[in-house]
Amino acid sequence: MAAVILQTWGLTKTYAGVQANTDIDFTLPRGQIRALIGPNGAGKSTFVGMLCGRIEATRGSVMFDGQDISHLPAHKRIALGIAYTFQITSVFGGLSVHENVALAARRAGGNEATVAGVLARVGLSDRADQSAADLSYGHQRILEIGMGLAQSPRLFILDEPTQGLAESEVAEFKALIRSLKDTTILLIEHNMSVVMETAEYITVLNHGAVLAEGTPDEIRANSHVQAAYLGTEDA
Amino acid sequence: MDFGPHLMLAMLEGAVTAAILALTAMGLSVVFGVMRVVNVAHGEFYMLGAVIAWYIATTLGTHPALGFVAALLIAPVLVGALAATADRLILQHINYDPERTIVATIGLLFIIQQGTLMTFGPDARPVVPPFNSRIPLPWVEWVDDKMAFYYPWGLSITSYKLFVIAAAAAILIALWLFMTRTRAGLIMRATQQDSQMAQAFGIPVSRVYALVFGLGAALAAMGAVLVVPIQQAHYLMGADPLLLSFIVVIIGGLGSLPGTVIAALLIGLSDGIISVFFSPTVAKITATLAVAMVLVFRPQGLLGKKAH
Amino acid sequence: MDRALVLHLGVIAALALAYAVLPAYHAGNLARIMVLAIYAMAYNLAFGYTGLLSLGHALFFGAGMYGLSLSMQHLGTPVLPAFAIALISAAIVTAVVGALALRTKGVAFMIVTLMFAQAGYLTALYFSTWTRGEEGFVLPQAMRQIAGIDLTTAMGRYYAALVLFAATLLLIGHIVRSPFGRSLVAIRENEARATMLGYDVQRLKWQALVISGTISGLAGATFALLFGYAGAGFAAVPYSILPLLYVLLGGAGTTLGPLVGAAFMIYLFDLSSDITDAYMLIAGVVLVLLTMFLPQGILGTLRARSVRWLP
Repeated sequence: MAAVILQTWGLTKTYAGVQANTDIDFTLPRGQIRALIGPNGAGKSTFVGMLCGRIEATRGSVMFDGQDISHLPAHKRIALGIAYTFQITSVFGGLSVHENVALAARRAGGNEATVAGVLARVGLSDRADQSAADLSYGHQRILEIGMGLAQSPRLFILDEPTQGLAESEVAEFKALIRSLKDTTILLIEHNMSVVMETAEYITVLNHGAVLAEGTPDEIRANSHVQAAYLGTEDA
Repeated sequence: MDFGPHLMLAMLEGAVTAAILALTAMGLSVVFGVMRVVNVAHGEFYMLGAVIAWYIATTLGTHPALGFVAALLIAPVLVGALAATADRLILQHINYDPERTIVATIGLLFIIQQGTLMTFGPDARPVVPPFNSRIPLPWVEWVDDKMAFYYPWGLSITSYKLFVIAAAAAILIALWLFMTRTRAGLIMRATQQDSQMAQAFGIPVSRVYALVFGLGAALAAMGAVLVVPIQQAHYLMGADPLLLSFIVVIIGGLGSLPGTVIAALLIGLSDGIISVFFSPTVAKITATLAVAMVLVFRPQGLLGKKAH
Repeated sequence: MDRALVLHLGVIAALALAYAVLPAYHAGNLARIMVLAIYAMAYNLAFGYTGLLSLGHALFFGAGMYGLSLSMQHLGTPVLPAFAIALISAAIVTAVVGALALRTKGVAFMIVTLMFAQAGYLTALYFSTWTRGEEGFVLPQAMRQIAGIDLTTAMGRYYAALVLFAATLLLIGHIVRSPFGRSLVAIRENEARATMLGYDVQRLKWQALVISGTISGLAGATFALLFGYAGAGFAAVPYSILPLLYVLLGGAGTTLGPLVGAAFMIYLFDLSSDITDAYMLIAGVVLVLLTMFLPQGILGTLRARSVRWLP
């Protein structure tokens, strides 16, 4: 298996004259937990949108596990082994928790056992028959993560997964991430404690381009990064 | 009649159609633009305008001009009030849910249409126009190598039809001024842009919606009052204007007044021309399929902006 | 045997017995209700399960109706091949119209399907030499037989309708509980999420629509065959709205909702025709009241409130 699972070359997105992302070259080694950080408006969600196919790139190419996926529609990229959670939680509100996970598992070739396993793992087994819309926001977010897990993805992209979670849930999330083996993880995060405690490597975006890349310690010490964040650190 | 005069006649008839259509379609466009709902009963409000005009003209029984002016003032107000009530009672109850609104307005369509059938009856009833003199129109021909005018037999227009075109134009200009220059118009446009912000600024959004819905219906009713001396009042007369209004609004781009006017001109003129030279059924089939194709391949219409 | 299947078979058995028990008038009504329920079940697949608000289904119903009746009337085709022609016509029409219309969503989809249905209706009027337009034509009694069974008798008509109704109910029941059917529900609930789970939403919608349209064509062909009449009125827009009405009343997204809705409305129309000719007025009032106070329909509300396992 190749060492690199995801790579982009010159990935750019222009909206009517505004460059949301400019010429991003990005390399993600297999099995790594990578955090993507940057101030608001830096272009993180746009970049990730272009990776999974939700947003059409203006220019540039994306390679996933040795395959050029630049022109594949989103559903085909997902089917290749990518899971994605939305920045604003998006689940099937009208359906039960169980059915939500089952829909994810079914598409990826899982079965009842997969569903039961995932529900146990994220702690939602006792709510399996509840309507997803009746869950608290935090639980909905966890459900969405569970749906991603049910796909047994090779690459798991999470867009601000801990936003809206309670302290205890954030701690559970960190433990969950660290427990995932054989899954490459790309996290967009604002919560610095999550970033520093789970990420092995960090990419910093600012104004649509890559500002810096490095280990958590290197990034913490990087003055450009500090300046970009105006010296504030999110707790 | 030769081709030239025939074409001119078709275009004049088309201009009248376009004038009425612009007015009617504008009603649909305003409602969708501000409220983001599709009113499938729009054609029935049009029809009500014509039917009420007939009742007023017949009841007053005096000089047609008096009855006509009364109808033009009263019918749109009545229809608008009915529409505003329907908005308050029904649409606000279902919170403008897009799918439920479509279903509810379909229901409203049948209630109004069949209710009219039960009271007004299945016959088409005429209304006498307030004035109606025939104005022959000139055409050119070459006599001794010089251009000369002559009056082909059959090429004429009535003074009333000219009035319809002028009146429709006047109402549309008044509407445009209202939307862009008055405070009420500003409130409507603000609510269209961002209804939650508007509410935060103390704008009574539900009242605005009821008024807008009423305004849309009133515009359609006005168009029908203008047209009823030319056509007749009939309980099924709302179907064609509904379809044509949809077509105009789609092609012109939702919520755009200039777009609606241009599209109405296009549709009205071409409908007139095609109907004169081909069978009306073929014209309708072509128009219907053309609209479907426009929606399929260019959903923002000809002049609208792409929705997010 | 699971409860849903037992329920479906129970309903079919009850309908089979009903013929012996009911007076002729009601048996006749029930035959008509069953055929229209086939149409409504087909519509339910597209609207209730996939969330596609189409106003164009009269086109598919009409394609089946004319496919069968035109070949029988003008080409002398026997019943079974005529049925095949009807199904193929409906399938092709739905495939083409669907491919175009599904490039749009929501309101635009509704309008596009409405336009196509309108164009179809006008075309039926245009070719009135063969279709006899609004007036329509009657299929000769002698042709309406299968394998010696006369479909023009009350009993032949009833059981033919029942067989097709049963087949459709069981087929739809199977589809909606299969992975395919569940993916349609996912699309209805949250299209973006379904896409990001890897579902090919466009293709699935098209497949659902083609099945829906073909079964609508089946209903149209059955109607023409059993009641011996084909007319342009069945391809007109109000006929697109009737299945929407039946499905909403009975419960969109339930398997038996279409039957319940069709039965209810047909009896309502029947009773009100003593009072007024304007039966569509009743339809209008029911639609408004339904969408205001009972948006999930009769069986849909029942399922949400108590009987959770109702298919």
